[in-house]
Amino acid sequence: MLDSKIPAGPLAEKWSNHKFHLKLVNPANKRRFTIIVVGTGLAGASAAASLAELGYNVKAFCYQDSARRAHSIAAQGGINAAKNYQNDGDSVYRLFYDTIKGGDYRAREANVYRLAEVSVNIIDQCVAQGVPFAREYGGLLDNRSFGGAQVSRTFYARGQTGQQLLLGAYSALNRQIHAGKVEMFTRHEMLDLVTIEGQARGIITRDLETGAIESHAGHAVLLCTGGYGNVFFLSTNAMGCNVTAAWRAHKRGAFFANPCYTQIHPTCIPVTGDHQSKLTLMSESLRNDGRVWVPKTVELAQKLRKGEIKVTDIKEEDRDYFLERKYPSFGNLVPRDVASRNAKQMAEEGRGVGKTGLAVFLDFAEAISRLGEDAVRAKYGNLFDMYYQITDENPYKQPMRIYPAVHYTMGGIWVDYNLMTTIPGLYALGECNFSDHGANRLGASALMQGLADGYFVIPYTVGDYLAGLGFAPVDKNHPNFEKTRLEVEGKVKQLLSMKGSKTVDDIHKKLGHIMWEYCGMARNEEGLKKAKGLIQELRKEFWSDVTVLGENEELNLSLEKAGRVADFLELGELMVDDALNRRESCGGHFREESATEDGEAKRDDENYSYVAAWEYQGDNQPEVMHKEELIFENVKLTQRSYK
Amino acid sequence: MSSFKQAFTSSLGKKLIMSLTGLFLCTFLVVHLIGNLQLFHDDNGKAFNEYAYFMTHFPPIKVVSYLLYASIILHAIYALVVTLHNKKARPVKYAVYDGQANSKWNSRNMGFLGTILLFFIVSHMYSFWWKYHRDQVPYIEYRSDLNSGSTQTRELAAAEFNDYQNFTDNGVEVVRARDLYRQVEFAFQEWWLVAFYVIAMVALSFHLIHGFRSAFQTLGWNHKKYVPLIRFIGIWGFGVLIPIGFAAMPLYFFFCK
Amino acid sequence: MSGHMNLTLKVWRQKNKETRGKFVTYKADDISPDMSFLEMLDVVNEGLTRKGEDPIYFDHDCREGICGMCSLHINGRPHGPKEETTTCQLHMRSFHDGQTIVIEPWRAAAFPVIKDLAVDRSAFDRIQQAGAYVNINTGGVPDANAIPIPKDVADEAFESATCIGCGACVAACKNASAMLFVSAKISQYALVPQGQTERYSRAQAMVAQMDEEGFGSCTNTGACEAECPVGIKLTNIARMNREYFTAKFFKQEEAH
Repeated sequence: MLDSKIPAGPLAEKWSNHKFHLKLVNPANKRRFTIIVVGTGLAGASAAASLAELGYNVKAFCYQDSARRAHSIAAQGGINAAKNYQNDGDSVYRLFYDTIKGGDYRAREANVYRLAEVSVNIIDQCVAQGVPFAREYGGLLDNRSFGGAQVSRTFYARGQTGQQLLLGAYSALNRQIHAGKVEMFTRHEMLDLVTIEGQARGIITRDLETGAIESHAGHAVLLCTGGYGNVFFLSTNAMGCNVTAAWRAHKRGAFFANPCYTQIHPTCIPVTGDHQSKLTLMSESLRNDGRVWVPKTVELAQKLRKGEIKVTDIKEEDRDYFLERKYPSFGNLVPRDVASRNAKQMAEEGRGVGKTGLAVFLDFAEAISRLGEDAVRAKYGNLFDMYYQITDENPYKQPMRIYPAVHYTMGGIWVDYNLMTTIPGLYALGECNFSDHGANRLGASALMQGLADGYFVIPYTVGDYLAGLGFAPVDKNHPNFEKTRLEVEGKVKQLLSMKGSKTVDDIHKKLGHIMWEYCGMARNEEGLKKAKGLIQELRKEFWSDVTVLGENEELNLSLEKAGRVADFLELGELMVDDALNRRESCGGHFREESATEDGEAKRDDENYSYVAAWEYQGDNQPEVMHKEELIFENVKLTQRSYK
Repeated sequence: MSSFKQAFTSSLGKKLIMSLTGLFLCTFLVVHLIGNLQLFHDDNGKAFNEYAYFMTHFPPIKVVSYLLYASIILHAIYALVVTLHNKKARPVKYAVYDGQANSKWNSRNMGFLGTILLFFIVSHMYSFWWKYHRDQVPYIEYRSDLNSGSTQTRELAAAEFNDYQNFTDNGVEVVRARDLYRQVEFAFQEWWLVAFYVIAMVALSFHLIHGFRSAFQTLGWNHKKYVPLIRFIGIWGFGVLIPIGFAAMPLYFFFCK
Repeated sequence: MSGHMNLTLKVWRQKNKETRGKFVTYKADDISPDMSFLEMLDVVNEGLTRKGEDPIYFDHDCREGICGMCSLHINGRPHGPKEETTTCQLHMRSFHDGQTIVIEPWRAAAFPVIKDLAVDRSAFDRIQQAGAYVNINTGGVPDANAIPIPKDVADEAFESATCIGCGACVAACKNASAMLFVSAKISQYALVPQGQTERYSRAQAMVAQMDEEGFGSCTNTGACEAECPVGIKLTNIARMNREYFTAKFFKQEEAH
C-alpha cells in the first residue's frame, strides 16, 4: 500500500508541523553517517552541499568530467519564487495554486504547497551565494512574468539562469569538497543499487575512465539523476542524460510513477536531418512577440518546401495564424502542450514548412515594425543569434522556423512527502522524482523544485530516517554488495560480447521514432498498442543484433551508450503501458480518445485522479500498477480553457 | 614559503617583476632619448660630451644607473624563467597552431624581440659605455670666446688630458672632455652597424607596443577610462616616437656627417 | 543531396594517459553543412563502429554551448574557426568541400589527455575548490533584497560568471595559462558584496592552486579572450592581478 505520508492539518501548516515532528540526528553523530548522492545538478549539488554542511559524510557522483556540467546548467528562463517583490498580488498560495492548476490537478497539494513555501528561501540562499541575478537600477532584484503567469515572480540571470544557479550550488559543493566533507567522484556512473534487508545501503558504479566496477556503501542513497527525455533519442536533454540510475533502482523495488507524463516544448529549432543528435530549445518568451503561422493551403506549403517560392512571397491573406485563430483570448501564448499539439497538427495536414515540413513559422515582422529592430534585439538578441548560428537564417529578415521537442519529464521515481521512494533509505530529488509538477510543469518551476528538494527538504527528512537507523557503519562485506557487483560486471561483459550488425544509436533512433510517433504529443489506444509490440521487438533486436566495441578498462563510448539504451528500451514500454492505462487527457499526456468536441484535452477526474505507480516484476513481465489517490481539499478542479 | 615571498615567486609575482622592470626601462628610454638629442646640436659635440660627463659623474644618476643595469638583468633573467616555465606548461605541442587568428605576432614573440634587444644592449654598451669608461675614446678641447660666441676645438692627446675640465680663462671658456661624440660619429660610418641599430629599433618598437600596455595590465591597472590613453602612449610614444628618435641618430651620422 | 561535402580528418588518437598517441586520417563523406561539428564526428563514429573500429572519443554533453564539456582544437584553434562559438555549436557550413581538418585535444601539462580528444580538466575544479565560493551554509541568510547591488556591478559580475569552464583559454594560450578562467571566478566574487568577506584570502588561495596545477603564466597576448566561446574579458585578469597584489602587499589575510 502506498503511503504518501502527507502530514495532517491545514495546508499552510503541514510542512512546519512536519518539520517539528521529524526526528533529529545529534550534531556529533551526524559524522557517523554516510550519504550517497548520485547526480550533481541543482538537486544533487544542493543536497550534497547542504548535508555536508550539517556534518554528514557525503559521497557525490556524476558521469560528467565535472560536477558543474550537469544539465541543469542549460535551463534558460528563470526560477519562480513567491516573493511578491513586485507588489502585484503574488503569494505562496497563488504560486501553489498556479502550479497545481498548471499541472492539470495531477500533483499532491501538500507537496506543491511546500514547494511554493520554500521558494522564497531559495532566492535568499542563491543571492547570499553570490548568484548574479538580474537587477533593477535601484540595485534590487528584477522579476519577469514567465510562461503566461499573471504575476511577475520569475527571477532570472539573462538567458542563463540554470547556469548561474548551478554554479552557485556547485560553489557550495566545492566548499564542502575543500572541507573534506564531500568526496566527489566524477566520470562515474551508477549502475545498480545495493539493498540489504530491503533498505538502500549502497550503489555500484563504473568508473568511466578506468572501467573499474566499484561498490560504495552509505546509510542513505539520494537519486538526483534528472529526467528520461532521451528515451525519445531527440530531446533538449544533454547527450548523456539517461534513466539508468533511476531504472536500476526501479528494478530493485522503487516504484516508477506517471512515466507517460512528458513535456513537449513548442519553441525548439527544427530537425534538419537524420544526423541530428539533439534539439535546441529557445525560450518560450519568444512567443510574447512572435506570431505563429503556416501557409493557408497545402499547395502553398509544398511550393515553399520545394523552394519554388520564398516565405516573403506568401501574402498576408494566405497565412494562417492558427493559434490566434483558434484561441482568440490567449493567442500565441497558449500553454506549451496546446501550442505543441497544434504545430504537430499543421505538419500532419501538410502545411508544415522548412525542407522537412516539420516546422511552423514564428514571425517577428509585426513586432519589428511595431517596436523597431533595436527593441526586438534588446529583448531577444541572444536567442536570435543562437537561431542564426544554428540555422544560418537571419530571424530579423525572415520568420523563424520552430517545432516542438521533448523537454522535460514530469513522471519519475515515486516518492512520499519525505522524498523517500518505496525502498527505505532511497530518496529521489528533482526531475528524477515525480512529485511536484503533476501532468505538466510550468515554466521556471524546474529549477525551483530541484533546489527546494536539495536545500530545504532533504536536509530535514533524511535525518528522520537516519535517526532511526543506529550508528553501525554499513557493512561493505555484506554478500549483497558482492552479489550486486557481480551482476553488474556480468551485464557489462554481456554487452561487450555483443557483436551484431547494428550500432547502439541505430536502435536508439528507432526507439525514439516509436516513442515520438505513438507516445509523443498525442496518443491513442491503437498506436500505443502498436508501439508496445514494436518496442518489444526492438528490445529483442538490441539483445541479438547490436554491436558494442572495445573493452571495459577504458573510456568506452559504445559501452556507456549501450547500457543506457538497454534501460531506455525497458522504460519505453512502461511509458506506453502507463499511457495506455490513463484513458484521459491531462497536461503533457493527450489521449485522442479523451478530447472535447473541438479537439481540446479532456480530463477524467472521476476515474483518473490518481498517481499511477508501477512496480517492477522481473524481466519481460508486465509491471503492476499501484494507485495513490490524489485528494484535493483546497483547490477546486476545473477544466483548462484557453479559448 | 612566507606569503610575502610568494608574492614574487608565484606566476603573478614573476610577471610583476617583468612589469616593474619593464616600465622602469621605459622611463629610462625617455630620459636617454631626450639626453641623446644633444647629438643633433651642431656644436661639434660639446653639449653631448658635457651631458655624457654629467650622466656618468652625478651621484644620484649613478645610483639610478645601477638600478638600470639591475633592471635589465632582472628583466632578462625573469623572461627566461617565465619562458621556461611556460614551455613546461605545454610539453606536447600542437601539430597545427593558428596563433595569427587570435593574437598579434609581437605579443607571442616578446622573447625573440627581447633577445634582439639584449644583443643590441650588449653591443651598444660595448661600443660606447665600455669604451667611454675604459678611456678608449678620443679627447677634445672646446675654447669658446664668451664675447663673440665663437668656438674652436682641437683634439687632445692622451698625455694632455687629465680629466674633465671646465674653466674660464681670459674671457674664454675652456672645456676638456672625453669626445664620445666623435666616437659616435666614427661608429656610425659603418653601414652594418647602422643597419643593426635600425633593426634593433624596429624590434624595440614591436617589443614596446605590446610591452608597455602589457605592463599596466599585469599591474592590474586596467580601467576603461584610462586604457585608451595607455594604449595611445604605448603605440605612439613607445612604439613610434622613441624608436624613430633613436633610429634617427645612426641614420643622421651615416647620411649627414 | 546538394551542398554536401567530403572532408579529410586528421584526428589525434591515444588509447589512454599512459600510451603515446598519433594522428590517424579518416574520410568524412557526404557531410551536410547543417550538421554541427560533433554531429559530423557522430557520423564518422557510426561508420567506424560499423567497421568494428573503436570510435573517436571526445567530450561533449549539452550540445547547446553551455555545459562547457566539449573541447577540440580544430585546425589550430580551440573550438574551431568561428568566434564566440563552442565546438558543439560550430556548424559544418564553416568548412568547405575537400578541406582537411586537423583535430587535436587541448594541450597543456595541467590537462592530460585521457583518451583521444578528451582531457582531464579536474585542475579547474580544484582551483575552484580552493576558494571560489562564499563561506555560508544553507539557511539563515538575509532576505535577497537586503543586499542591494548596483545594476552595472551585478551585470559585470554576471559577465564574469558566464564562464563555462571549457578550458579554451588554456588551449589557446601559447603558455597554457589558466588566468582568464581563474580571474573570471575571482572577479565574480570580488565585484559583489557577498564576496567581500574573503576577497583577499580567496585571490591568494586560488592563484596558489592555479600555480600548483602547472599552468603557464600570462603574457597578455589576448588569445584567451579572442577564443573564449562566451566572451570573457581580459579586464578580469587585470582585476585578478590587482586583487592578488593588494592581498599580498597591503592586507593581513592569508590564504586558507
